[in-house]
Amino acid sequence: MKHMISIWFFIGCLLTIYGFLIFYAGIRTFFAAAAPTASLQQLHLPFWWGIAMIALGIVYLVHFRPRR
Amino acid sequence: MSAPILFLSFAGSVSASGRLLSLGSIDLTIIVLYFIFVLGLGLYLKQFANTSQEFFMAGREMTAWVAGLSFISANLGSLEMMGYAAATAQYGIIVGHAYWIAAIPAILFLSLVMLPFYYICKTHSVPGYLRLRYGESARSLSAISFAVMTVLMSGINMYSMAVIMKVILGWNIHFSIWVSSLTVAIYVMSGGLLSAIFNEVLQFMLIWLGCLVIPIAGLIETGGWTGMVHRIAAAFPGQDFTHMWRSLGSSAANPMGVHWTGVVFGWGIAISFGYWTTDFLVVQRVMAAKDLRSAQMGTIIGGFVKLMVPLIVIVPGLLALAVLPFKLVPETMAGVAGAHTYNEVLPLMLARYCGPGLLGLGVTALIAGFMSGMAGNVSAFATVWTYDIYKPLIRKQATEEHYLKMGRWCALLGVVVSIGTAYLVMNFSSIIVYAQVIFGFFIVPMFGTVILGMLWKRTTPAAGFWGLLAGIVAAVALWLWVKMDPSALRFVAFSRDAKDMAENVYRAMWTLIVNVLVTVGVTLITKPKAEKELEGLVYGLTPMPSMGQVPFFKRPIVWGSALGLAFIVLNIIFW
Repeated sequence: MKHMISIWFFIGCLLTIYGFLIFYAGIRTFFAAAAPTASLQQLHLPFWWGIAMIALGIVYLVHFRPRR
Repeated sequence: MSAPILFLSFAGSVSASGRLLSLGSIDLTIIVLYFIFVLGLGLYLKQFANTSQEFFMAGREMTAWVAGLSFISANLGSLEMMGYAAATAQYGIIVGHAYWIAAIPAILFLSLVMLPFYYICKTHSVPGYLRLRYGESARSLSAISFAVMTVLMSGINMYSMAVIMKVILGWNIHFSIWVSSLTVAIYVMSGGLLSAIFNEVLQFMLIWLGCLVIPIAGLIETGGWTGMVHRIAAAFPGQDFTHMWRSLGSSAANPMGVHWTGVVFGWGIAISFGYWTTDFLVVQRVMAAKDLRSAQMGTIIGGFVKLMVPLIVIVPGLLALAVLPFKLVPETMAGVAGAHTYNEVLPLMLARYCGPGLLGLGVTALIAGFMSGMAGNVSAFATVWTYDIYKPLIRKQATEEHYLKMGRWCALLGVVVSIGTAYLVMNFSSIIVYAQVIFGFFIVPMFGTVILGMLWKRTTPAAGFWGLLAGIVAAVALWLWVKMDPSALRFVAFSRDAKDMAENVYRAMWTLIVNVLVTVGVTLITKPKAEKELEGLVYGLTPMPSMGQVPFFKRPIVWGSALGLAFIVLNIIFW
C-alpha cells in the first residue's frame, strides 16, 4: 500500500520557500533608497513576516516529514 | 453563510482604466510558484485516486483537522472574502453576522445532529440522502438544480477572478480564464476530491498568511480597536458602523435596513441552516472524514475557524472606513474618475499595507481562493452528476471503473461548461447578480425538506418532493414580486429601507416557512413509508453509534459546547 505524504509537509515546503522570498524582499527594502510603496514601511513587515513564515514552514517540514 | 446572497460584481469596473496594484519580480515569482505547486500536487495525488470511493469521497480517510479546514475553506473563497469586506465597508460590522449567527448555530447542528445520519446511511451526497428518504423524484430535482448551480458558480468564480485580475493587475481576461481553468481541470481530474481538499487546506493557509497583514498593520495605524472606532465615528457622524446588535431594533437605524428578526430568522436560521447543513459542496468535505467522530470534530474545528474569519474580512472593511482618505462608492458609480468602489476594498487595503513580497502573497491568496472555489464546485459537480444523475437516470448498471472514468471526464466537462459560463457572464454581466440569487432559491428549501425527513418519520415521499418544489417556487415568486414592484419590500422585508442583503434574508425566511408548511400539509394527506424502510435515515429509528472509550476532552459535545459559549461571548463583546 502506498504511503501518502501529509498535506502539512507540502504546506511546510511552500511556506518555507515563500518565507525566504518575502524575507529577501524585506531585506531589500531595508536598504532601498526609493520612496516607500506601502504605509507603515518603517515596520519592515515583509522582513518579519518572512521570518515568521520560514519558522512556521520549518516546523511543518520537520514534524510532518515523510518517514519510512 | 456563503456568497449566494451577496452581490459581488465588478462588471462596472472592467472599463475603468488603470490598475490598483503593481507587482515586482518577487511577487510574480510567488504567483508562478503557486501554479507549479498545485499542478505538482494534483499529479502526485493521482496515484491515490484509483477507485470511485477514493476519487469521489477522498477514500473517507481525512483527519478531523484536514476535513474541518477544507469544510471551512470551501466557504472562504475570494468571492466571499472580497464580497463581505466590500459589504462591511458599505453596511458596517453587522455584516459580521454572516460569520457568527449565520454560521455557528448551523455548524453545531450539522455536527451534533445531522452528520450521524449522513454518515450512517453511507450516502455519497445530499441528493443521495433524499433518494433514500423520499425517492427518485426529490433526488432528481435537487441533483439537477445542484449540478446546474455548481457549474454556474464555478464559471462565475472563473470570470470574477479574471475581471479582478484585470482591474487590480491589468492582466488579460482570456489569459486568466484559460490558465486558471486548465490548472483546475488537471488537478481535479487527477486527484478528484482529494486534490480539491488538499488545495483547500493550502488555500486556507495562504489566505490567512496573505490577509492577516491587513488587520495587524491597520490596527497599529489606528491605535487599536478603540482608535479605529473613534476614527469611523468621526468620519461618519450619526451612523452606527461598529455595533452588531445595537442598531437592529429598527430597520431604519442601520445602513443595511434590516431588523433583528431578519438577522435571526432569515439569516441565522433559513439561509444559514440551508447552506451549512444541506449544500453538498461543504457537507461533502466532512463526509470525507475517516470516521464519524472525526467528521463531527472536523465540523467543530471549522466552526472555531469561522469565528475568527471576521479578523481578515470584516476588520479590513472597517479599517477602510477609518483610514482611507477618500469615500468609497457603489458599483453603479464605478465610472466616476478617481472613484474607488466598495468591491475594491480588499485590494486597496493590500496595496496600502503590503510591500514587495507580501503583495505577491496577498494576490496569490486571492488567486488560490478563486481556483479553490472552482475546484470545489467542479468536484461536487462530478460527484452529483455521476451518482445522482448519470447512474440512476442514464446508465444504471456499469462497473465501478466506468463510474470512476465518468467522474474524471465529468471534472473536465465541468471545467469546460464553466468556461462557457464565464464567457456567457462576460457578455451578460447581470447574470452574476441573478445567479447568486438563483443559488439561494435552491439551497434554503433543501434544509426544510432534509430536516423534516430526518427528524419526523411521518414525512412522506410526496411531501418531500412537493415541499421542495413549493419552496423553490415561493422564493422565485417573492423575488419576481419585488423586481416588478419595489414597494413590495414593505411586505417581504417589512421595510421600504431594506437593501439587497436585507431583502435576501427575509425572502429566505418566507421560503423556509412555505417549504415547511407544504411539506407538513402534504404529509398529513399522503401515505408514509414503512418504518422498516426508514432505519438509518430518521431520528428515533436509527441507533446512534457509540463513541466507545473516548476521553471526555475528545468528545464532540464538549468542544461543541465550547464553540457555542465562544459564539455567545463574542456577540456580547461586540453587541
